[in-house]
Amino acid sequence: MGQQRIRFYQTGSFVVGNRLLDPDQRSVQSDTRRTNSLNSGHRACRGCGEALGARYVLDAVMRATGHQMVAVNATGCLEVFSTPYPETSWQIPWLHSLFGNAPAVATGVASALRAKGRRDVRVVGQGGDGGTVDIGLACLSGMFERNDDVLYICYDNGGYMNTGVQRSGATPHGAATTTTPAVGPDPGNSFGQGKSLPLIAMAHRIPYVATATVADLRDLEYKATRAMEFRGARYLHVLVPCPLGWRTGPHETIRVARLATETGMFPVFEAVDGEVVGVTKIRRRLPVTEYLRPQGRFAHLFGETPRSDIIGKLQAEADRTVRTFGLVDPEEVS
Amino acid sequence: MPESRQHQSVPFAISLDPGSSLANKTGSWRTEVPKYVDRMPPCNHACPAGENIQQWLSSAEEAGYEAAWRQIMADNPFPAVMGRVCYRPCETACNRAVLDEAVGINSVERFLGDEAIAQNWSIESAVAPTGKRVLVVGAGPSGLSAAYHLRLLGHEVTVRDSAKAAGGMMRYGIPRYRLPRDVVDAEIQRIVDLGVRLELGTAVTELAGPLDEFDAVFLAVGAHIGRRAEIPAGDSARILDAVSLLSGLEEGERPLLGRRVAVYGGGNTAMDVARTARRLGATDAVVIYRRTEDRMPAHPIEVTEALEEGVRMRWLSTITAADAGRITIEKMRLDATGFPQPTGEFEELDTDTVVLALGQSSDLTLLAGVPGVTVTDGVVEVGANLMTGRPGLFAGGDMVPDERTVTVAVGHGKKAARNIDAWLRGTSFERPPRHAPATFDRLNTWYFSDAPATVRPRLESARRITTFDEVTGGLDESTALFEARRCMSCGNCLECDNCFGVCPDNAVIKLGDGRYEIDLDFCKGCGLCAAECPSGAIEMFPERS
Ligand SMILES: Cc1cc2nc3c(=O)[nH]c(=O)nc-3n(C[C@H](O)[C@H](O)[C@H](O)COP(=O)(O)OP(=O)(O)OC[C@H]3O[C@@H](n4cnc5c(N)ncnc54)[C@H](O)[C@@H]3O)c2cc1C
Ligand SMILES: Cc1ncc(C[n+]2csc(CCOP(=O)(O)OP(=O)(O)O)c2C)c(N)n1
Ligand code: SF4
Ligand code: SF4
Ligand code: SF4
Repeated sequence: MGQQRIRFYQTGSFVVGNRLLDPDQRSVQSDTRRTNSLNSGHRACRGCGEALGARYVLDAVMRATGHQMVAVNATGCLEVFSTPYPETSWQIPWLHSLFGNAPAVATGVASALRAKGRRDVRVVGQGGDGGTVDIGLACLSGMFERNDDVLYICYDNGGYMNTGVQRSGATPHGAATTTTPAVGPDPGNSFGQGKSLPLIAMAHRIPYVATATVADLRDLEYKATRAMEFRGARYLHVLVPCPLGWRTGPHETIRVARLATETGMFPVFEAVDGEVVGVTKIRRRLPVTEYLRPQGRFAHLFGETPRSDIIGKLQAEADRTVRTFGLVDPEEVS
Repeated sequence: MPESRQHQSVPFAISLDPGSSLANKTGSWRTEVPKYVDRMPPCNHACPAGENIQQWLSSAEEAGYEAAWRQIMADNPFPAVMGRVCYRPCETACNRAVLDEAVGINSVERFLGDEAIAQNWSIESAVAPTGKRVLVVGAGPSGLSAAYHLRLLGHEVTVRDSAKAAGGMMRYGIPRYRLPRDVVDAEIQRIVDLGVRLELGTAVTELAGPLDEFDAVFLAVGAHIGRRAEIPAGDSARILDAVSLLSGLEEGERPLLGRRVAVYGGGNTAMDVARTARRLGATDAVVIYRRTEDRMPAHPIEVTEALEEGVRMRWLSTITAADAGRITIEKMRLDATGFPQPTGEFEELDTDTVVLALGQSSDLTLLAGVPGVTVTDGVVEVGANLMTGRPGLFAGGDMVPDERTVTVAVGHGKKAARNIDAWLRGTSFERPPRHAPATFDRLNTWYFSDAPATVRPRLESARRITTFDEVTGGLDESTALFEARRCMSCGNCLECDNCFGVCPDNAVIKLGDGRYEIDLDFCKGCGLCAAECPSGAIEMFPERS
């Protein structure tokens, strides 16, 4: 993996900052002069993972580009909670597009900048998983195919959260949403459907594809920064837990994101030109139940008669993900 | 508006201030409010000398060795001694032991103590002289610690000791291979340099005079009389007691032990004497103890080291008779209550010398005729302020009821000094209330890297049994730093910026120098900062309406 972890004994490279590190080795988020791209006063829920993830990524991109960045934003929570007219929380040049066309608008902005000869100003497009995985996928695929010079970021909270927690193509199997309620013999989101957009992006053989979570800031900042080293189409998929839709406590956002990676439910990797070049190994592997149990959207699996069959299928999916990406070292595979 | 919120420059084409979301004070959403707290780390709580361990480790982590050492010296004037002989209750309590292995607090302390000696760091009192005079009887760790703290508090202190040199059991008990004497000398000299008056070779035999002459007296005469056992012994049996043997050795005597030495007892003194016997040429040193290994009062590390040096152990055994060249041993068994009972099975053992290591008692003859002082089970009764029944007469260390260790004695010295100071000023000393404990479950240990403990180098056993060279070595700077940095800073902020980073509302303001503030205008009370603080230094409290 391209990232060099700072081996720091007391708190490792896992924390945001460290008083013992040289300032140039510290994270963007530990810097008091960080952009705070998404400022206080926004109307996101308490403990919103998406608000956190957006600031993490955009602050890192701001640093990486020397503050020369324009962001295009699809409709969704991130847009709605940040910009109720006439107020805005954005401290960066920011454009709102429609729900489904953010990649196309971003492409247009990139073309306009090229026409003006401004190669220094970089473009990012961003949206939720509904806007990205489902309704914006056609123009995103076009953007990939043309290799437009845009970094597109998907904030994956596993559903259409802004309109009341409907299922998306990124909703995990078995999860209850308002459109996949926990009723009937196969409660929650059906198995066999949904898609992995990182893998779809890789199939386009674009220069850079990566996944990350809000639970590993160093890794996230590294990937946002690395993405800006490439020209052409790039894709960053960030897992951002949603306390409302996942039915978790507002203080659990980071913990559940961490559990998603430690159980193998969410693989963290990066790919260059369609080829996986690095994975973040699982540090302390846990069974999927550790990830599922704290979340209300999986509560029906742990009722009076626990649905060990469904849990078993989810565990099998996680096991496959662990194998596919090599998330644990061979000797540790049981 | 706090400084961190002011924008350096507004980016091109953006005019934020009118219509900025900063107008939307999301703090009104809150039902719980985060607060920074300091909790009591278990290491600090367990230290008999009351060292602020987390605090000095924190300085050491930054390579601020002198600051770290000064922080230790605020509570304990013997870091280099501690780093060698303390039984480390702090490490037993350390939260890191739950995660992997305890922080090597004691190794770091020794590194700092040695560094101070090498660099000649010294201590000065910043307090104006009070003109009060205090007599300390006994220059062991307890007396010297009291003298040091009393001196720092501005009093004039005289320490009298019957021995030729100061240090008490640090010099006349604990063998050199565990505690080199230059270390003891250096740390005592620093106390003398502070202005403590030392009168050696001066036994205090009565207290009426001193109590008249001084404003207060602190007694710390220790426990030096080896307990005897009723062993039927022939005239020519050679029976010695451990404390006299060890102190005689210190005075230059070379006891005739012979090749086969039986040590009777199961405490640390027994281990020290057996190991000393090996170094003095005994080919066979056997410790004879009535109970089982797990019930031995000796510290496990001392038992291990003794075994490594070829000392043999006879558990569940007692000596019933001693004669020239041989002893009789009876096998014991433990009854239901764990008490050893005779079995009637006997065995003989060829032995040149028997050394009794059955504990020590105090010589309290100097207390004769002092009204109000109560002696129970051979130790002096004191109040919570370490004062005896005679106003102005205090006592601590081995001569009062408590654990008998150097660290406990040093802690008594500090406590006595504070109470004597208060008494001299006509007030009483109130110990500040302790912070709530920083228990393991409050930490978010995810953030700590996996880091195995550093071990101290040790002399190989072949070299050990032929010399009195120090057995355990110290850490060097890099290993000491590594070890200090394993500390998880339980219950106290370690300045990791996690709170500053994880707040989705930018409501944490970083002030620098390890200080943070919550901007309550915008904090929504989500609790992420508290949940993700590695050290458990933030707590959520119900919002006050
Ligand atoms: C062999 C041995 C090994 C030990 N090893 C350890 C260890 O590894 N770690 C540990 O923590 N503890 C150890 N201990 C226990 C520890 O040494 C004692 O608990 C500690 O020294 C007690 O301190 P003190 O100041 O109360 O008394 P002491 O150290 O005994 O000092 C008392 C002083 O008072 C003086 N004195 C006595 N009577 C008079 C008088 N009438 N007038 C003037 N002076 C007088 C004595 O000369 C002596 O200097 C060991 C003890 C022994 C015997
Ligand atoms: C074409 C269109 N259909 C529906 C909507 C209504 N709508 C607004 S936000 C949203 C959900 C957004 O979900 P997602 O993209 O996953 O983002 P999230 O809110 O979960 O962050 C929907 C359906 C819309 N704005 N435009
Ligand atoms: S980790 Fe540090 S603060 Fe916590 S108990 Fe151990 S030494 Fe003390
Ligand atoms: S998160 Fe880090 S910086 Fe904040 S209080 Fe905890 S230890 Fe201190
Ligand atoms: S993370 Fe921010 S909003 Fe949440 S409780 Fe802490 S300071 Fe308040």
